[in-house]
Amino acid sequence: MKSIIYLIIGIFFGIVMLKSEAASWFRIYEMFQFKSFHMYGIIGSALVLGIIFIQLIKRYKIKTFNGEQIHFTDKNKSVFRYLFGGIIFGLGWALVGACPGPMFTLLGAGFFPIIIVILGALLGTWFYGLLKNRLPH
Amino acid sequence: MDLINQPLPWYVAGPLIALTMLLLLLVGKNFGMSSNLRTICTALGADKTCDFFCFDWKEQRWNLLVMLGAVIGGFIAVNYLSGDIAPEINPEVINNLKSLGFESAGSSYLPLELFGTAIFSSVKSIFILLIGGVLVGFGARYAGGCTSGHAISGLSNLQLPSLIAVIGFFIGGLVMVHLIFPLIF
Repeated sequence: MKSIIYLIIGIFFGIVMLKSEAASWFRIYEMFQFKSFHMYGIIGSALVLGIIFIQLIKRYKIKTFNGEQIHFTDKNKSVFRYLFGGIIFGLGWALVGACPGPMFTLLGAGFFPIIIVILGALLGTWFYGLLKNRLPH
Repeated sequence: MDLINQPLPWYVAGPLIALTMLLLLLVGKNFGMSSNLRTICTALGADKTCDFFCFDWKEQRWNLLVMLGAVIGGFIAVNYLSGDIAPEINPEVINNLKSLGFESAGSSYLPLELFGTAIFSSVKSIFILLIGGVLVGFGARYAGGCTSGHAISGLSNLQLPSLIAVIGFFIGGLVMVHLIFPLIF
């Protein structure tokens, strides 16, 4: 039964990604050219509401549907890994115009060359795993 | 029906993304899509190559279902909820892209020069997509998250590391579009 919930949340997210054009390579390019407010509006409004949601959950100790406490774990402190990892991610994001959510949505939408991007992303993840202990974090 | 076929404006899309994050929190999970890439690596046997992939991938089954849903959502959106799906991007950007050789700018959802089926016979295009994918996968794990994990979940929880990561995303994106694109297209 719970499986259905995850699937439905995913379907909802996929429709939003495609219909908002956040899964369009052109929108990502336009964003990095600072030529449209569209992507900034999406991320900005998601953030404003996201911050409010999380503050409400924390303040009123809102529980999950199962009555469990919602945990927020702070991310480990560091600068290098976030900045450098982020830059590498950004280079790829701008090149293929898709991040790890939309790339799967685009597959469902029938843009089959995205399979090459997904394969690359799996390879990149694997390379990271192999090199992890030798990289500065 | 007309309304359904229209693209979602930013002020609807953004709140719906926040709602996705909220729904996942309310079922006891965290919104982060790139973790699925690690899970798939493990399911494919990467746990035999290094410790990073040694975890019970079946515990992440829920996130794979979210991912599967995102695939189905893309199918539904294109086939049942869309009219003309080419984004109305800035005309200046269209001209700029045409001068780089992207003739499909303004008339297609994705550039056919990179995502048309003809690219399967172009070594250069395949190479670009593959390298881009590798950078996304590698960078997401190195930074510990992607757009959903850092830019949405992390920043919503006011995490400084996520802010640093998002600044990194933008530095990388700007370097790619402004400095590297003129060299490769």
